Amino acid sequence: MAVLEVAGLRKAYGPVVAVDGVSFAVEAGEIFGIVGPNGAGKTTALECVEGLRRPDAGQIRVLGLDPQADGPALRERIGVQLQQAALPDRLKVWEALDLFSSFYLRPADPKALLDRLGLTASAKTPVSKLSGGQRQRAHIAMALINQPELVFFDELTTGLDPQARRVTWDLVRDVRSEGKTVVLTTHLMEEAERLCDRVAILDHGQIVALDTPAGLVRRYAPEERLSFTATPPCPLQVLKALDGVTKVESEGDRITVLGTHPQLVGQVVTALTASGVAFQDLHTAQATLDDVFLTLTGRQIRD
Amino acid sequence: MRGLGKLTLYNLKLYLREPMASFFTLLYAPMMLVLFGSIYGNEPSPMFGGRGTVDVSVPAYIALVIVTVGLISIPIGTASRRETGVLRRFRATPLRPLTYLVADVAVYFAVTALGVLLLVATGKIGFHLKFQGNVLSVALGFILGMSAFTALGYVVAGLSPSGRAAQAIGMFVAFPFMFLSGATVPLEALPAGVRSVAQFIPLTHVVTLLRGLWTGGSWGSFGKEIAVLVGVLVVGVAVSAQTFRWE
Repeated sequence: MAVLEVAGLRKAYGPVVAVDGVSFAVEAGEIFGIVGPNGAGKTTALECVEGLRRPDAGQIRVLGLDPQADGPALRERIGVQLQQAALPDRLKVWEALDLFSSFYLRPADPKALLDRLGLTASAKTPVSKLSGGQRQRAHIAMALINQPELVFFDELTTGLDPQARRVTWDLVRDVRSEGKTVVLTTHLMEEAERLCDRVAILDHGQIVALDTPAGLVRRYAPEERLSFTATPPCPLQVLKALDGVTKVESEGDRITVLGTHPQLVGQVVTALTASGVAFQDLHTAQATLDDVFLTLTGRQIRD
Repeated sequence: MRGLGKLTLYNLKLYLREPMASFFTLLYAPMMLVLFGSIYGNEPSPMFGGRGTVDVSVPAYIALVIVTVGLISIPIGTASRRETGVLRRFRATPLRPLTYLVADVAVYFAVTALGVLLLVATGKIGFHLKFQGNVLSVALGFILGMSAFTALGYVVAGLSPSGRAAQAIGMFVAFPFMFLSGATVPLEALPAGVRSVAQFIPLTHVVTLLRGLWTGGSWGSFGKEIAVLVGVLVVGVAVSAQTFRWE
């Protein structure tokens, strides 16, 4: 069952078209990622869905409601963490939660929520004195205070260190395991890959691909990468001739083989052994969503 | 109006936690009164038609508290909440805009009233402040003046691109108002040229109205003041409704 349906969404700011004919549907209980570089239109698309921006064209149904016409009823049932938003500096964490809980009909238990988000110790800390990770968890708390069915996270882990990022990922998984649906945006392909059930890749306001992370890799970057060190001479031609090998590169004594054959490793090892080549330090790596993005757009996502 | 109670409570707490805002709202006018009261005393003076300096200063200083909150606190508070994204965050909840506005206005009125009470208490305790008016009548005069300047404050907030700009514009307007309207220096002590300029400053009419009501004057004798303040209120509400932005 789709909890969110978007068809033909378009939004321009003056001459700049931020979102250009985007359509997708999000199923109940999944973590759906909208990924793409900065400026791809992720936030604009999300804010149209949340009812914070009025689209120029297109249909949006969120939990069966129209975000523009049924704004208050919808905001009662969704949780929102915004990229550019703040809580008053001198408000303490528990006060912010107490305040936000008063805006909703059936708020969650603030104490339990603080506990779950690891904020109990900083409950009496003013928002301005929180660390980056704590502040982001406080924003997650505000997004969950109304026991929402559908939660939106916009660039949730941007600016966090790797440790805090991992903690946040676990929290997002927890949210989903309670049966809530999560829609998030990120410019971190690794985050999308680890967290999302399905991913829509957005570039210049358009969805260029939409599938599970594994499906996207299979389709757009199916090559496996295998590398090892070997004492020269190494029979590069033999490796190139193997079934499914697309590329062989050598740099000093480090050889890299790219290929799509399911038994790439076995083939290479057999060929090397047969040629009497001593090799060591062998690694394999699957392609990632970064490679998918590169294939689809010809650019690195970090550019 | 769901959320009104908590929002009012926390807005009040947040206001009182800002050291600058609470100092200028609650302590500045009483301190001025102590300073000038100690220098001039509260003996009857021919310059004030036989009234004492403190008796004349207290109703004028009420206008000082009003202009401080209206033209400085409200623009800074509103524009910086808009700039930092606090308003945006509220907008993503079911909180109604009207509820937000009512809580906001209620707190500005409450802190201003608290500042006025401290001022009056300082006058009573320290200088045997005399009051010949009607409490309800003065309270209504306060509400009219405060309403007009609250509306002006939201106009400044709406026209300012940022919190810093709101602070600059608010102070740029507020300081001449404070010193040329009779709110700090009595109009009687100012040269005639300044007094004629003062007629174009809305705060002058708050000072005149409150000083008049304080000594038992009737509302009927302040038609011009009432008309000006009601006019400022109506125009202010109309303009601020047009210029208010959540982000």
